[in-house]
Amino acid sequence: MTDVCYIQPQIPGLEGYQDPDLISGLLHNARTIAVVGLSPNVLRPSNFVGFYLQRHGYRIVPVNPREKEILGETSYPSLKEIPFQIDVVDVFRASDAVPGIARDAVAAGAGALWLQFGVISLDGARIAEEGGMKVVIDRCMKVEHARHLGRMHWLGFNTGNITSQRRFDR
Amino acid sequence: MSDSQHDFGFDTRAVHAGQRPEPYTGARAVPIFQTTSYVFEDSDAAAAYFNLQEYGNTYSRIMNPTVAAFEERVASLEGGVGAVAFASGLAAQASAFFTMLEPGDHIVASGALYGGSVTQLKHLTRKLSLGLTFVDPDDLDAWRAAIGPKTKVLFGETIGNPGGNVLDIESVAAIAHEHGMPLAIDNTFATPYLCRPIEWGADIVIHSATKFIGGHGTSIGGVVVESGKFDWSNGRYPVVADPSPAYHGLAFYETFGMYGYLMKLRAESLRDLGGAMSPFNAFLFLLGLETLPLRMERHVSNAVGVARYLQKHPQVQRVRYAGLEDSPYHRLKQKYLPQGAGAVFSFDLAAGRAGGKAFIETLKLWSHLANVGDAKSLVIHPASTTHRQLNDQELLAAGISSGTIRLSVGLETLDDLIWDLERGLQAAAKTMVTEEARA
Repeated sequence: MTDVCYIQPQIPGLEGYQDPDLISGLLHNARTIAVVGLSPNVLRPSNFVGFYLQRHGYRIVPVNPREKEILGETSYPSLKEIPFQIDVVDVFRASDAVPGIARDAVAAGAGALWLQFGVISLDGARIAEEGGMKVVIDRCMKVEHARHLGRMHWLGFNTGNITSQRRFDR
Repeated sequence: MSDSQHDFGFDTRAVHAGQRPEPYTGARAVPIFQTTSYVFEDSDAAAAYFNLQEYGNTYSRIMNPTVAAFEERVASLEGGVGAVAFASGLAAQASAFFTMLEPGDHIVASGALYGGSVTQLKHLTRKLSLGLTFVDPDDLDAWRAAIGPKTKVLFGETIGNPGGNVLDIESVAAIAHEHGMPLAIDNTFATPYLCRPIEWGADIVIHSATKFIGGHGTSIGGVVVESGKFDWSNGRYPVVADPSPAYHGLAFYETFGMYGYLMKLRAESLRDLGGAMSPFNAFLFLLGLETLPLRMERHVSNAVGVARYLQKHPQVQRVRYAGLEDSPYHRLKQKYLPQGAGAVFSFDLAAGRAGGKAFIETLKLWSHLANVGDAKSLVIHPASTTHRQLNDQELLAAGISSGTIRLSVGLETLDDLIWDLERGLQAAAKTMVTEEARA
């Protein structure tokens, strides 16, 4: 029987970058998330994701050269200017900008490169992996947080989670 | 292989998907959250919920944890990204279309739809200034020919009624996708146990949960599932993709991606039309789903047994069941419904209208009523009930003869079902003898 438990739009070749254990591990262990391309406009998807992750206790570090401050946090022109440790670099930029971002992320010693829905760059992924980073491609950090740690099941979405264990949501 | 990569089977998901032990009390059965509303943690949380920035419960017309468990379970069984439940199958269907259509848009639908769906579509399209074309569902060229520049969706049923048509879902989905449109399928008669339309390319699946999903004739309900694979930003669906005036200009599809259509279905259509499923009904539907695989196996084996008995009976002119080898739909049945063609089908009595009446009135195990998909076996004679305003000519146009009987085969002992049918068929035969004597 085919698995219809965890079905999602699949782009062949990305499965290794969408492993549920990899994603769950990053969400559990990350504390500081740099959001590259974070918009100050509250109706933009990047702002939705940043706002949500901030509400759930992550420190959000905006990376947007056009802004001084977003979501109450100092905005940096690029990853190179951030003076502290970054756990995950979450990317809301065009796919062709990813290799440069990946090089900056490696130089900054970030732990993981996370490319949002529709941001797909295997070149960028390779650069990050060679620099020792973990990589997620074509997944939304908000959706995956809600699936693995949050309340996605309250809105009737198929989380793929099946468990007989008693656990609290966060 | 890691735990999270294990693929759980259909039967496991029918019992578990969507419902985990309740964290606060440890309750193993799904609690019935019989509440209209939910206390906010603080003002910021309330604002985030209403802005859709956070997943949270606000009001049970829009979401409820018991209903959500049902929604997720159906989504899992159908292989969709999510689902939204409704107060009835027709509420689900109307809302599914309402979400994607604007005045002037056009629907192309199978002409063999359930009568209630035909009436709804005719009525709604006229009132909402929409176009509607019914086509012969077996004719792929007819589907293609009916599509115009304003057509926005193709709609059919996995198993039609009363002809027992099986839709060539994969081919009709391909036609829809050639035109950048979704295919919506009413999968009520098949249930996800017998057919999962999304696996064949359908984009939206609609159920009347009242039937086999509930399975015990207790509750009215419906549900819409989406595959998450359709590109609503292809330019044909500004009503889904463009900024929503109801949420300060939020663009649902861009913001929620593959969840965008369902978010809009819930946060706009369900909110505004208000056909919400009750938590208690959701609880009964969840119980129903736990035994869906077991029940459907028995429904199908009983249906095949009844169909074979009727096929050989001298009082029966024909049996229209795709589960029989000589059905014109047998090839499609083998492809789309390998585990069975469901348990609702019709047959024609030789004895016509008077015979149909005598047949129905003689039965003492089959219940005479207007529903299908109950654990109990059900029967109806369209010419004397649902279609009694039509003359014989009009009945023929609807694919019904004056002697057509529709059965919904239940879970009783097969021998008992056949015993009762034999009593009815003998009574029908006597009406023919009487008429011959009069002539």
